[in-house]
Amino acid sequence: MSDLLGSLPAYLLRNTEQFADRVSMRHKDLGIWREWTWAEVGDEVRRFSIGFASLGLKQGDKVAIVGSNRPKLYWAFPAIQSCNAVPVPVYADSVAEEMQYVLEHAGVRFAVCQDQEQVDKLLSIQDQLPALEAILYDEDRGLKGYDPEQVIAITRVQALGDEVISRDKDIVARWNQSIGELGMDDLCVILYTSGTTGRPKGVMLSNRNLIETSANANAFDKLDHTEETIAYLPLAWVGDHVFSYTQSLLAGYSVCCPESPDTVTVNRREIAPTYFFAPPRVFEGLLTTIMVSMEDAGRIKRGMFHHFIRVANKVGERILNAESVNPFMRAYYKLGDWLVYGPLKNRLGMSKVRVAYTAGEAIGPDIFRFYRSLGINLKQLYGQTEASVYITAQPDGQIDANTVGTPSPGVELRIEDSGEVMYRSPGVFMGYYKNDLATADTKTNDGWVHTGDAGYIDDAGHLRIIDRAKDVGKLNSGGMFPPKYIENKLKFFPNIKEAVAFGDGRDYVSVFINIDLTSVANWAERNNIVYGSYQELAGHPEVYQQIEQHVRQVNQDLVAEPQMAGAQIHRFLVLHKELDADDGELTRTLKVRRKFVNERYNVLIDALYSDKTEQFVSTEVVFEDGRTGKIDATVAIQTVDIDEPATELRQAS
Amino acid sequence: MSSVQADEGKPPLLSLDNVTLSFGGVKAISDISFNIQEGEIRAIIGPNGAGKTSMLNVINGFYHPQQGTITWRGKPRRRMKPYHAAASGIARTFQNVALFKGMSTLDNIMSGRSLKMKRGMFWQMLHVGPARNEEIEHRQHVERIIDFLEIASIRKQVVGRLPYGLQKRVELGRAMAMEPDLLLLDEPMAGMNLEEKEDMSRFVLDLNSEFGTTIALIEHDMGVVMDLADRVVVLDYGKKIADGTPAEVQASQEVIDAYLGVSH
Repeated sequence: MSDLLGSLPAYLLRNTEQFADRVSMRHKDLGIWREWTWAEVGDEVRRFSIGFASLGLKQGDKVAIVGSNRPKLYWAFPAIQSCNAVPVPVYADSVAEEMQYVLEHAGVRFAVCQDQEQVDKLLSIQDQLPALEAILYDEDRGLKGYDPEQVIAITRVQALGDEVISRDKDIVARWNQSIGELGMDDLCVILYTSGTTGRPKGVMLSNRNLIETSANANAFDKLDHTEETIAYLPLAWVGDHVFSYTQSLLAGYSVCCPESPDTVTVNRREIAPTYFFAPPRVFEGLLTTIMVSMEDAGRIKRGMFHHFIRVANKVGERILNAESVNPFMRAYYKLGDWLVYGPLKNRLGMSKVRVAYTAGEAIGPDIFRFYRSLGINLKQLYGQTEASVYITAQPDGQIDANTVGTPSPGVELRIEDSGEVMYRSPGVFMGYYKNDLATADTKTNDGWVHTGDAGYIDDAGHLRIIDRAKDVGKLNSGGMFPPKYIENKLKFFPNIKEAVAFGDGRDYVSVFINIDLTSVANWAERNNIVYGSYQELAGHPEVYQQIEQHVRQVNQDLVAEPQMAGAQIHRFLVLHKELDADDGELTRTLKVRRKFVNERYNVLIDALYSDKTEQFVSTEVVFEDGRTGKIDATVAIQTVDIDEPATELRQAS
Repeated sequence: MSSVQADEGKPPLLSLDNVTLSFGGVKAISDISFNIQEGEIRAIIGPNGAGKTSMLNVINGFYHPQQGTITWRGKPRRRMKPYHAAASGIARTFQNVALFKGMSTLDNIMSGRSLKMKRGMFWQMLHVGPARNEEIEHRQHVERIIDFLEIASIRKQVVGRLPYGLQKRVELGRAMAMEPDLLLLDEPMAGMNLEEKEDMSRFVLDLNSEFGTTIALIEHDMGVVMDLADRVVVLDYGKKIADGTPAEVQASQEVIDAYLGVSH
């Protein structure tokens, strides 16, 4: 791969010439999609960067980037990197103290924020951030009375850049030259992991990590400058960084920023991206919305929908995989595409999708197949921040809902005796920032990285992930207890939003359930079930009945696999409140913090392993404005009849 | 809070002098005088039936006081209709949401621009030339309001199906669309939960500080009033019992007796 350029800003310079008139970025503002070509972006970034340097930004400085997906924040990355300084994107919705830890640890000198909300958050913790000198912002609303020395508009920084450029004729040439001098192995960005376990760690990635991985990924899916993608996931997340920034720089494709986080669905429909990423949660949510609105549709429409979905179920995936299909069915599928799938895909904003990925969690096989049967090339990948995303991905046509695909180009994979998955690739991170101990724990001397996930490679060479290596436990009976495996099976039901399974070192498996409010509320309305609050709905006996049915189905699934029969769910309860990141129960990427939940709901867990049928619990909660309060509830506990293992059933019949 | 306190040097934007309004034998408002300074947030508070909404109705020309004078921008105001008041720069929202339920958020706010439209219906229907440019201009203004109130996600939704808190926000948007000199808000936070109230308070404050709009509001939530208002006038049984800054009003024994009640 000798034809690679030496740094990400170098790719920007290349694009300003090679793709000068092609759209680089779109943003919907005041109801209109505004566009910037690569040449215009190059200009914006140059002014930003030179202005930033005149504020004192120098080599090695760390700069926080806080906010949602906005063009100016994306431009901040190359603007900072051109000065050989290091951008540190931070999760915008993290509370002040979480943010303080990261900014203090990274020692940021500047911060680039989206709006007043983030500026205020930073100002509230600036006493703890001695290195922080100035805060730049994008939107000026509400920021009139702030100290102009300390809180500076990005447009003003760019105007400073203009001044410097008009004064000093050589500055642009020098700026271009300094980009040429950036090194392939220089530190390029620090991405803090969301901290499923313990404090966030700063993953240092070099230009080489990101450039080689992105080049491989673009080649793998044949992505070029004609792609369109929508940037709506957190800037601080490695996935967005790679999909919306580095891969776009290398391929030259357009990135579209939605109007606001609430309008993503509508905006996606307007843009119709060709390359699309979403965590399973999004696909699940969309499917729930479709199903709910189909329930409300007229009889003819509903009948047609269900009929053609059955047709798609039969042949859709085979057509997508280019397998041979009966010509009549193929024609009938075409009709379905015209009547149902096409309009539906248009609604979802997926009518032009060439490649769609999901990752981060397991996706329900039914959900996965549903999208594929509509003709959407949805695939799974497996990745980590430490790998610059890609570890494995499913090649076109080799799709199995239960696997995460074959090793991505340039990635070596091996399975430890303990079952843990290890990899080595050009994307392997430089190390954790200021944390050599953690680096040594994760990365071996010869470059192999521990993923922390247990899995195995199947006969077709595809990787299957079972669970977090350290989470797989043992029941007292000696049977295996993979909590996530069980939880995911539960979460595939639209009524269940979240589940937490217990069983390690216990006699049997039991679970906490969080209902999905959208789905269950709709069902309640349809069935004349009256409720006044989330808590009341969650505790409703009829809701318990529904959930019990789901639990039974999961048990049937489990009993079908000999080694899982012991992991059937014996008892469950429906939690009286939604697990929430503000209360520390979920990470910012919405994964359950197991240890924390264990401690917080200790009484409920004890009750699950007694013969109680209800348990009182009092929980402290944090409201959005930061105040705290208490929720008291008596939570009912339900026991489920257990199916006998399949072998005994056979003997009986 | 805006820096404009009762600025004695400048003539008030609106002043009411010895205003009395009665319905038959019932005196809704008796002999009340107070003024609203340009750029301030003025709150009108009082127990139920104190005459607060009547007061707003007098200000925007819906009721006509039997006695007293109303001075608007230094000129005594004659008997007028609400649409005259609207044309002269007074906009309002209502205690019960009064939107066009079957229309979208965008159209509702757009309707607030109707007084500013210059071309007649005929040209607007043809949608060509100047009428078209005019619509684009109005749309831009409306989009700025949508952005300000953060309601982009419901731009095309029918308002009748929106939650109450959002409907209130759309109503505020429609009033803003008139670019009023004086905005009358009749219980903007009624029936809202804490979070919605906080959002609405933020919008009212920003509206005042960013656009310089003068605001007169009626509100029951004392916490909100004390945080938002520059000056407060307190009514009880149609009479004015106090007038001053939130702190002054809170200290007044008469107000405590009449309205704030004994602490519990």
